[in-house]
This record gives sequence, structure tokens and C-alpha cells, in this order.
Amino acid sequence: MANTTHDTAATLGHGADHAAQAAGHAAQSAGMPQLDLSTFANQIFWLVVALIAIYFILSRIALPRISGILADRQGKITSDLAAAEELKAKAVEAEKAYNEALANARAQAAKIIAEARAEIQADLDKAMAKADAEIAAKAAESAKRIEEIRANAAKTVAEVAREAAVEIVAMFGAQADEQAVAAAVEARLKG
Amino acid sequence: MELAAAAALGKYIGVGLSCLGMGGAAMGVGNVAANYLSGALRNPSAAASQTATLFIGMAFAEALGIFSFLVALLLMFAV
Amino acid sequence: MATEDHSEGLVFHPMDQFMVKPLFGGDTVGMLTPTNVTLWMAITVLCIAGLFVFGTRGRAIVPSRTQSIAELAYGFVHKMVEDVAGKDALKFFPYIFTLFCFIVFSNMLGLLPKAFTTTSHIAVTGVLALAVFITVTAIGFIKNGASFLSLFWVSSAPLALRPVLAVIEIISYFVRPVSHSIRLAGNMMAGHAVIKVFAAFAPLVLFSAVGVVVTPLSILAITAMYGLEVVVAFIQAYVFTILTCVYLKDALHPHH
Repeated sequence: MANTTHDTAATLGHGADHAAQAAGHAAQSAGMPQLDLSTFANQIFWLVVALIAIYFILSRIALPRISGILADRQGKITSDLAAAEELKAKAVEAEKAYNEALANARAQAAKIIAEARAEIQADLDKAMAKADAEIAAKAAESAKRIEEIRANAAKTVAEVAREAAVEIVAMFGAQADEQAVAAAVEARLKG
Repeated sequence: MELAAAAALGKYIGVGLSCLGMGGAAMGVGNVAANYLSGALRNPSAAASQTATLFIGMAFAEALGIFSFLVALLLMFAV
Repeated sequence: MATEDHSEGLVFHPMDQFMVKPLFGGDTVGMLTPTNVTLWMAITVLCIAGLFVFGTRGRAIVPSRTQSIAELAYGFVHKMVEDVAGKDALKFFPYIFTLFCFIVFSNMLGLLPKAFTTTSHIAVTGVLALAVFITVTAIGFIKNGASFLSLFWVSSAPLALRPVLAVIEIISYFVRPVSHSIRLAGNMMAGHAVIKVFAAFAPLVLFSAVGVVVTPLSILAITAMYGLEVVVAFIQAYVFTILTCVYLKDALHPHH
């Protein structure tokens, strides 16, 4: 133990560690600073001062402020939630109204389409009837004209046949009686 | 052997012996934590509500170890 | 021990950090002398004021960082008081919150290098614990009158055992402030002393070849202990506060 600094304090013999440990403050205070009763009054006084200071800082300023902040936040959250709820209800209502309007519009559209269709159908039927009537009239007229033409044609054929018969008879050199030829042709045509 | 030297010897032996108490405190704290953990694994839903109890139990177990530490310090510095 | 040969180079003063010294020279520590206790308690008060007053000055609905720390601490202790001691204990919330803030800030500030840990002194924690003890006992008698004494009369136990249990309960009731104060002071003191002992081994590399191994190990140990001490600093404040709540619950509702 070549102790240069604490040669007087280390009187405990063996146990160099503890000796060195204890020697450091053996001169000033024996043992633990915690058990030095002369500092107790000082510590207790300043502790009480500090505690009172902290208590007043916290209870007068800090805690009301923090609880106010927390209450504000809670209130804000609650009111925001309520507002959100209200908006949601509004949105649901709006959607319902929209759907209703949509359904109405659809029904209206279907009605309009049906009406239009019926109108068109009616127009169409009318036009068709008119066209049919026109066509029938035209067909009747045509049939009449065909009849006329046919009648004319038959008359013309009889005339041609009579004239041709007269000519043929004349070529044979005989005097033909026009009345007889005509009667013969007539008979022939009918027969 | 001188009386003072014998007293010092006894003091240091006493200090060493009183430190054994810390082992007991270590076992106590470990026991608290281990039982809390096994209970918490069996019923995790009840675990959160019992953490305060866990710390109180640990504090009580640990306080006795601190007492033995205190005895050691008192022996060393105050006796 | 290898260090024994080189102990002339190492300095072991693990308890020196707890010494109360006057700030401005002199040797005597009177009651009003400004000491390092004064200094560190003032720093504690300033830190608390900084966090809870300056940090919440914005009163923001969406909190800033410091404000949310303050709110977190408030909510933590508020919930603890409400859960453990009941709703009617909330009017003592500022008192409990003061204790919690003082202890947690003292413990944490004491972990700074060169700092003085006010809560490592029996005088300080003893006053805190006695204040709790006296307050709680007074509240118990004011709220419940003489029926507060039923706390010691365990009515669920067999009649023959009750006197014995009463003696045990009374002893444990009066041991409360002792264990309450020594737990906090002892934890703080022990951790700091252990760190200091490891720190004393750290410069060994300057004196001896063994130090090549011992110095890194001791630095590693200091780091590990420091981490543990940060946890302990918070847990001890938590335990002190929650035990205060438990005692308060006993005072408010003694019939168990």
C-alpha cells in the first residue's frame, strides 16, 4: 500500500479498496453524506420551497390550462363528430331524393316514350290507311282503263277482221256484200 | 489481534453478508414478474388492468432488497 | 483483485457525488445557505415550469411536441389516480401530480453527468413520504372519523385472529413512510454509487496492462447501468406515485 495522498486517513489495515474509498472524504464527513444530519435542515427547507413553488405553478397555471385544452379538444371532437353525423344524414337524404328524382324521371321518360310511340303508331296507321285507300282507288281506275282498253281492242279487232275479210274476198275477185261479211266476221269472232 | 482491527474485520464481513439479501430481493422481483407473465399469457385481456398491481408488488419486493443495501451502507459508513 | 496492486492510481469516491456543498464557498451548511441542493431543485422547478407552462403556451387543439408530452404526463397521472384511488380522489390530483413531477424530474436530472440527485437523500424522500403519510392519515380521520380505524380491524378474518392482525396492520401502516422513502432514496443512491464504482475502474488502462480488458468492460457496464437507471428513475417515480394513490384509497375507503 504505497498510498501517497491519504497516508494518515487509511488506518483500517487490510482491504485496500474500502480504505481508499473511505479515505477520500473521511476528513470532511464521516460516512454517508445522506446521514450527515447537519445538512438536513438545509435540504428540507429548500425541498419545501421547491414543492410549494411546483404546487403553485401546477395548480394555478399548468393544470387548469391542460385540462382546459383537453376539454376543448374533447368538445371539438364531439361537436365535429356530431356535425359529421349530421352531414352524413344529409347525404343519405340527398341520395334518397336523388334516387327518387331519378325514378320519377325514368317513369316520365317511359311514359313519354310510350306516348310518342302510340302517336307515331296512330300516324302510321292513318298514313297506311290513306295509302291503302289511294292504292285501291288507283287500282280501280287502272282496272277500268284496262277494261276500256280491252273493249277498244276487241272492237278494233272486229273492224280489222271485217276489213281484212272484205279485202280478201275482193282479191278472190268476188264482189262481197259488206253486210254479209260483217255478219260472218261477227259470227266468227263470237264463235 | 487488536480490537479496532477485529471490529473493522467484523464490519466488512457484515457488509458482505448483508449484501446477500439482495439475492433474495432479486428472486422476489423475478417471481413477481414471472407469475405476472404466466398469468398474462393465460389471460391476456386481463393483463393490462393488472400492470399497476405488478409494479406495486415489484416495489414491495424490491424495497426489502433496498433495506439490505441500506444495512450494508450503514455498516460501512455509519457504524 | 488485479486492481489492488494499482490502487494508488484509481480513485474510489462513490459517495462523494451525494455531498451537500455550499454554492458560493464556505464550509458551514446553514438552513438558508444556497447549496447544490438549492441549485438542482431550482433547475427541477424550472424544467417543470418549462414543460407544463411554457410548453403548453400555444393551447393548441392539435398539440406541439412539448405540449403533447405535458398532456401525456397529465393523462398518465390523472388516469392512475382515477383507477387506483377512485373518482373522489381526483381533488387531490394536483398534490399527487406535484409529487410525481418533482420526483421524476429530480431523478432524470440527477442522471446528467456532474448532477446532484436530490431524491437520493433520505432527508428529501423522508419529507415527501412523511408528507404523504400525514396527509393521508389526516384525510382518513377527517373523512371517516373514528371508523377509519376499521382499516386495522380486518372484519373478514376469524375473530380470534383479529387482534393479532390488527397489530400487524398497525405496524405495517407505520412502516409505510419508512419503506416509501427508503425505496426511492435507496434506488437512486444505489444506482449512482454503482455507476461511480464502475467509473472508478475505467481509467485503469492508464496504469496497468490489465486495463486493456477492464476499461472497455467497465465502460460497457456504465452504459448498461445508465440505461437501467433511466428506467429505474421513471419506475421509482411511478411506484412512489401509485403507492401514494393506494394509501389515499385506504384513507378514503378504509372498509376492505
